[in-house]
Amino acid sequence: MDFALELDRVTCEFASTSGDGSSYTAVKDTTLQVREGEFVSVVGPTGCGKSTLLNVAAGLLTPSKGRVRVFGSPLYGLNTRAGYMFQSEALLPWRTALENVLLGLEYKGVPKLEATTLAMDWLSKVGLIKFANNYVHQLSGGMRKRVALAQTLVMDPDIILMDEPFSALDVQTRQLMENELLDIWSKQKKAVLFITHDLDEAIALSDRVIVLSAGPATHPIGEFDISLGRPRNVAEIRHEADYTRLHAQIWDVLREEVLKGYQQLLNPSQGLKNE
Amino acid sequence: MSKSKSNANSLKPNPKGESSQRLGITKQLWLWQLMLAIITIGIWNWVSKDQQWAFFLGEPAAVFIRIIEWFVPITVEPTEWLSTGIHGTGEIYIHLGVTLLETVLAFVIGTTLGLASGLWLALSPLTSALLDPYIKALNSMPRVILAPIFGLWFGLGIWSKVALAVTLVFFVVFFNVYQGIREVNPVILANAKMLGANSSQLLKTVYLPSATSWVFSSLHSSVGLAFVGAVVGEYLGSAKGVGYLILQAEGTFDVNTVFAGIVVLTVCALLLDAVVGRMERRLMRWQPNTN
Repeated sequence: MDFALELDRVTCEFASTSGDGSSYTAVKDTTLQVREGEFVSVVGPTGCGKSTLLNVAAGLLTPSKGRVRVFGSPLYGLNTRAGYMFQSEALLPWRTALENVLLGLEYKGVPKLEATTLAMDWLSKVGLIKFANNYVHQLSGGMRKRVALAQTLVMDPDIILMDEPFSALDVQTRQLMENELLDIWSKQKKAVLFITHDLDEAIALSDRVIVLSAGPATHPIGEFDISLGRPRNVAEIRHEADYTRLHAQIWDVLREEVLKGYQQLLNPSQGLKNE
Repeated sequence: MSKSKSNANSLKPNPKGESSQRLGITKQLWLWQLMLAIITIGIWNWVSKDQQWAFFLGEPAAVFIRIIEWFVPITVEPTEWLSTGIHGTGEIYIHLGVTLLETVLAFVIGTTLGLASGLWLALSPLTSALLDPYIKALNSMPRVILAPIFGLWFGLGIWSKVALAVTLVFFVVFFNVYQGIREVNPVILANAKMLGANSSQLLKTVYLPSATSWVFSSLHSSVGLAFVGAVVGEYLGSAKGVGYLILQAEGTFDVNTVFAGIVVLTVCALLLDAVVGRMERRLMRWQPNTN
């Protein structure tokens, strides 16, 4: 069976910042698949190269080794079948919410009227119809994320890549956004690759959770099927017994990596002190 | 003067709102500022009672009369109060018009060139690496010294002044745009690419609007420099313009007329700055207000 997105033994090396010609391996030998209509989350300790994986999947970054396949065919250049929702602010500040949403349609050459209708449609889906003519600075953090979501989804991508999209939001707004995302996703099942460091978020949203090891040379160390029923409410699902069991299982694997990642953050300074 | 002001502007996109608010709280500030001016002019007036001092410093009343003579073509016979009388000519308009024309032309040409080259060099790293030492050299060169060359090339008409002022304006805009483009948020670029932007669409929807905001942050200083370039150009050789009037007056040790010219130029610079401020607020609606 063809996967919507497949990373096949991908390795990413970067020239080291120390400038001595050595290289830093961010991701090593990672194989990862997303089926059509499947919601897959990738969790891992901070700084482990999760975003690198996503950039590879988007075609923004060419892996040093390994290959990427999109619906069975190898990927060269940008992944045109994917929409990418970035972790940080990516809206154009000189455009209104509406103008931001129809940006991709404009690039594609969709006639103005049609593009506006489509964009307005998506703005209403994310509940921002009243704010269509507001500039980005006139929107709250949550609203900006909604605009970004609409901007990505209006293009009707077959694969949706999301890089900790809600990490900057407060808990309440975040749960609202997560529920909205699930709602939208359940209507048009797209392949989703969702990156997060939040295990709760990963379990509540996904069909499958992949755990990454601490960097450098990050690779998957565990894979869990999330057999919770749908539709889900991210706030309520946390009280179910199955959820608690899964959380404990995954956390068992993740905890060690988080500690390792934390240790690596601390170690260099300790090394300096000792010398 | 305008340089430091523009720096403050680029740090705070809209200082206008804040300062007017502050003035609203302390209304007396106006009064104090006015008083400061009156006291300064009063001292000047008192000092200039002495003929020798007046020769070097001019007299406020005579400066004022000269400005009136420049602007209003009326004649008032000498009286007891007005020993010199007023011999209005209205000659300033042609000179002021020439100076402002030069300023506006230099401003438009310099800004356009600066924007275009800034965009070009920022987007092609190879060219910018190649030209880097020359741009640095051109920028550090005291460009006013080019005035005689421009006089030779473009004659004594307005174009030699425009050329001089363009060299001043160009670099301010150029460096701002260059820096601005190179600092365009990479996430915004990646996002636009993922949404399917080709390179010309990227230029139109991301680079140009982003560069425009940087142009605006340099507009206050560039409009001031355009004015400086025009006046200095006139001062170094011309037959028309406020700079020319000042040069003529200086030739006859007519300090009052020199001061009158300085006052007129300062007021014009303030007006130009206000026009730019209005334009900025209108075009940069998308930027957050500080208040």
